Amino acid sequence: MLMKLARLSLWNRRGTVLMTWLSLTISIVLLLGIDHLRTEAKNSFTSTVSGTDLIVGARSGQLNLLLYSVFRLGNATANISWDSYQRLTKHPQVSWSIPVSLGDSHRGYRVMGTSTAYFEHYRYANAQPLVLTQGQQFNGVFETVLGAEVAAKLGYQLGEQIVLSHGVGAVSFSQHKDKPFTVTGILAPTGTPLDQTVHVSLEAIEAIHLDWQQGAPMPGRQLTAEQALAQDLTPKSITAVLVGLKSRMATFTVQRQINEFKAEPLTAILPGVALAELWQMLSMVENLLLLISLLVLLAALVGMITTLLASMKERQREMAILRATGAHPWYLFVLIQLEVLLITLLSMLAAALLLSGSLFLLQDSLAANYGLFIGLNIIKVTTLYWAAGIVLLAMLLAVIPAVSAYRKALADGLTVRL
Amino acid sequence: MTVEQPVTDKPKIPAIELKQLRFFYQQDSWQLYLPELRLAAGEHLFVRGASGSGKTTLLNLLSGIARPVSGELYINGQPLHQLSSSKRDTLRAQQIGVVFQQLNLIPYLSVLDNTLLSAHFAGKPKVESLARARELLSRLGLPDALQQSRASALSVGQQQRVAIARALLPRPTLLIADEPTSALDSDNRDAFMRVMLAEADANGCTVIFVSHDQSLLQYFQRQLNMQKLQQGVQPC
Repeated sequence: MLMKLARLSLWNRRGTVLMTWLSLTISIVLLLGIDHLRTEAKNSFTSTVSGTDLIVGARSGQLNLLLYSVFRLGNATANISWDSYQRLTKHPQVSWSIPVSLGDSHRGYRVMGTSTAYFEHYRYANAQPLVLTQGQQFNGVFETVLGAEVAAKLGYQLGEQIVLSHGVGAVSFSQHKDKPFTVTGILAPTGTPLDQTVHVSLEAIEAIHLDWQQGAPMPGRQLTAEQALAQDLTPKSITAVLVGLKSRMATFTVQRQINEFKAEPLTAILPGVALAELWQMLSMVENLLLLISLLVLLAALVGMITTLLASMKERQREMAILRATGAHPWYLFVLIQLEVLLITLLSMLAAALLLSGSLFLLQDSLAANYGLFIGLNIIKVTTLYWAAGIVLLAMLLAVIPAVSAYRKALADGLTVRL
Repeated sequence: MTVEQPVTDKPKIPAIELKQLRFFYQQDSWQLYLPELRLAAGEHLFVRGASGSGKTTLLNLLSGIARPVSGELYINGQPLHQLSSSKRDTLRAQQIGVVFQQLNLIPYLSVLDNTLLSAHFAGKPKVESLARARELLSRLGLPDALQQSRASALSVGQQQRVAIARALLPRPTLLIADEPTSALDSDNRDAFMRVMLAEADANGCTVIFVSHDQSLLQYFQRQLNMQKLQQGVQPC
């Protein structure tokens, strides 16, 4: 009967209850959304690169280098010469190296020029290697291996031909139409920016730019794919290098040596340290956002309690009837608490559905525009803590109208006049 | 040879008995003092008095909502003045039925659920209460179809009949009615009085009925004037 009373009483006041429920739902979505994005962004960034000891690029800030080389965010300020790269690979402490050449795209997806060392040595998440779900690595110059999402979203199959665009814009008018690439492999999903990458060889990057100068085709000089293959396709420069060392002990020594490299100004960074700097920079914003969402939640809860408190006057008769038929004041106290619990639980349920739906709709956009791979599963240990905290806070605040009901029940007696 | 003992009647416990009862909300404010009142089980008492004479306070005291400051108050022999708050609530749920002037029902509950409230608080078995509630409502002229309607859909007269059903459902020994006919026209009022008193009699229920309407005196065996009661004059 208690549950029936609470349920029907809420339904009887559905206009105000609906507004209260809505504001509480939105505030919970905000709180859980910020927490989820925060956690998932960290996971996404942290799992993108694993086992790489150093990232080397032209002289720049370590965050800039990390963002463009690993997360495909932003652009390099300068390149590394091929000679410097060759010298780096010959360093006695270097176990393996993956050259990275960026700057082109395919229908909004970044193109990465690299060597076959990429498929052999690159690791993500917990040292997981790359796996091809279909086909094989590129062997020829005009062959490409697609990230899982590129293939899925654009519906590409093995053997299909694709055309790369110059530059990294979503829409490009400068295309390398004369040198199409054949899809030879498709990678398994990784949940990292790799899924959104079109992989080609370094030689391919060189080949498509042989008849280009300063971002535009050279007038009067046009090479066919066959003619390009006959040229020397050794790259003149690359964008960055991912380096694995023979011994982790040598990391700081090699980093210092690269940073002091005389022939060319270079920067070597430790991915973990750069990520830590990124988190440190973002932590203030994170905390501020969390604080704002907590205040919004508190405002919504206070709003709910105010509405309930205001309704106590109009419910005086209802309380008197319950009291007259034998209800103890504690029964009325529990009834109000139960009503608050119902609104809060319904808000949390709606918030979970709304958040999951929003994430489902925004998932692609977040990945494409911000390199954030956000999972849809919002149920985590922290979510459960938040849920428990919200319920606890709501019940605590509900003591105010519940005590009001309790006291009125004792004071008004049997004959409340309306 | 055996000697037969004379058979003596077991003394009957009065339904209501109060002695030197005193109540006030604040020490320096208005006080209610009731020297003595005794009402036998099954009696019907009509209570009248001017506004502010303490009729409502008397009902609150008899139903255990208010607690006397001093004096003694017994309901069916139970010392209400000594019982804890929760025990008074239990006694009210199990032994006292209340009918208000109007707006007796919770508007968002069905007629049946409104009726079942009293049995719920009295801790009566659900199945048995449901059957009795249906029977009581039918007897009071509220058919099955109407029992599932929301209370707010009923006329005032029908609502008052539901209130009687609810008050009588847990088989109370005392029925308190606080001006229940003030919102009814004369035809409905007379019908209501007949139904209420017949159901109360069928349940052996003592009735305390508060009203300003002197024409209702005809239905009662005894009447009580609040002003006179405070002076120690017993109901006549």
